[in-house]
Amino acid sequence: MKLLLQRICLPLKEFTLEVDVEIQGQVTAIFGPSGAGKTSLLDLVAGLRRPKCALIQLNDHVLTDTARGLKVPARSREIGYVPQDLALFPHLSVRGNLLFGYKAASNSLFRFEHVIDVMEILPLLPRGVTDLSGGEKQRVALARALLTAPRLVLLDEPLASLDLKLKAKIIPYLCRVRDEFHLPMLYVTHDPSEAAALCDEVLVMEHGRFVRQGEPEGIFADFSTNLAADGPSRRWNG
Amino acid sequence: MSAEDWQIVWFTAWVSALSTLVILPLGLAAGLLLARRDWPGKSGVETIISLPLVMPPVATGLILLKLLGRRGALGGFLHDALHLDIIFTWLAVLVSLSVMSFPLLVRSVRVAFEEVNPRLEQIARTLGASDLRVFWAITVPLAARGIIAGMILAFARALGEFGATIMVAGNIPGQTSTLSLAIFQSVQLGQDSHAFRLLAVSVVLAFAAVWASEYLARRNRAPL
Repeated sequence: MKLLLQRICLPLKEFTLEVDVEIQGQVTAIFGPSGAGKTSLLDLVAGLRRPKCALIQLNDHVLTDTARGLKVPARSREIGYVPQDLALFPHLSVRGNLLFGYKAASNSLFRFEHVIDVMEILPLLPRGVTDLSGGEKQRVALARALLTAPRLVLLDEPLASLDLKLKAKIIPYLCRVRDEFHLPMLYVTHDPSEAAALCDEVLVMEHGRFVRQGEPEGIFADFSTNLAADGPSRRWNG
Repeated sequence: MSAEDWQIVWFTAWVSALSTLVILPLGLAAGLLLARRDWPGKSGVETIISLPLVMPPVATGLILLKLLGRRGALGGFLHDALHLDIIFTWLAVLVSLSVMSFPLLVRSVRVAFEEVNPRLEQIARTLGASDLRVFWAITVPLAARGIIAGMILAFARALGEFGATIMVAGNIPGQTSTLSLAIFQSVQLGQDSHAFRLLAVSVVLAFAAVWASEYLARRNRAPL
């Protein structure tokens, strides 16, 4: 995967999101404290926000190019998005949620039965989404995004609301998605252990800018050193 | 209750229901625009929509009379182009009920749309849905209870409408006479027992409508 995020300029309340980066990792963590602009960046990539200026290109597909007045609408981007609050449709059953964006994909990887099988949600299909546990909701939201046969998946702190025990249960599913579907993913998190378990590249964001880019081992070794040196004030607790 | 009384009850009920259906598309559009868009002059539009709620109904009726009469801008056009007269016909009842209940519908619909989480609509778009599909598959179902509650309120308002109706439709037995007009006429003629019978029917209809509206509004506030 090659995701170009160039000349990005999006004024936010307290600062301006300014990004110029090329992402090549299969699973890339966007790591940083709350309010750093991570979700706004995912919204831009998904086509849910209109930037002041930007060039966003996924492989050969230009998604946004403000210089040419080009913005592919969100519905045509083929980007799966799992937001932090999951945004499951409360008036639909699990099956209704999953079928909402389902494309009978030519790629058998994204067949309904296969995705359901990988995520182990077959018994949940007739249930209402409000009856699900936190972990079940996560798996349904992820399956819903996968069933659109996306070219890129955006995950916005998908485990933030789960306790440690549930996180440990969900991370293997995310690893399975990574390994089974070979999909490029942008994974927003403020948890080094999640990023280290899943990602092969880490981008560190602070106040709307990327301040570091590298492999998880290098980034988190430095981060641990800084954490020890700066004390609790440096701790990110989104 | 005589056959004539039942005709009045039936006429009032169906013309009130029809007026609610007639204003529904415009009410949905106005409610959605007010809930989701900002534009210069928005507060002016909001005020104009709310005017029939606060103006004396007979004043609204007078405006409609001047507009829809043969010498009015709209009434003159309809008479010349389509040989259609509205004033003092059942159509005048329909127009007055629609105008008077429109603000209540728009208010309810607006609140219902405001309560729909826009994030759900955004994510629906990332799942490949067009704006139209998002509206019908996500926005409207999630706002449905509020929309239905607004329709019931509008229907109830139409059931009790008097001032504007008597200005533009008069009180012609068998043609434009509604429950409110018939009660007024009975009292004027000293037929109190007749008036009380019609009053009882009005109370039952209004109670059922408002109760249903409150019930739906309460369910709408509960988490889904």
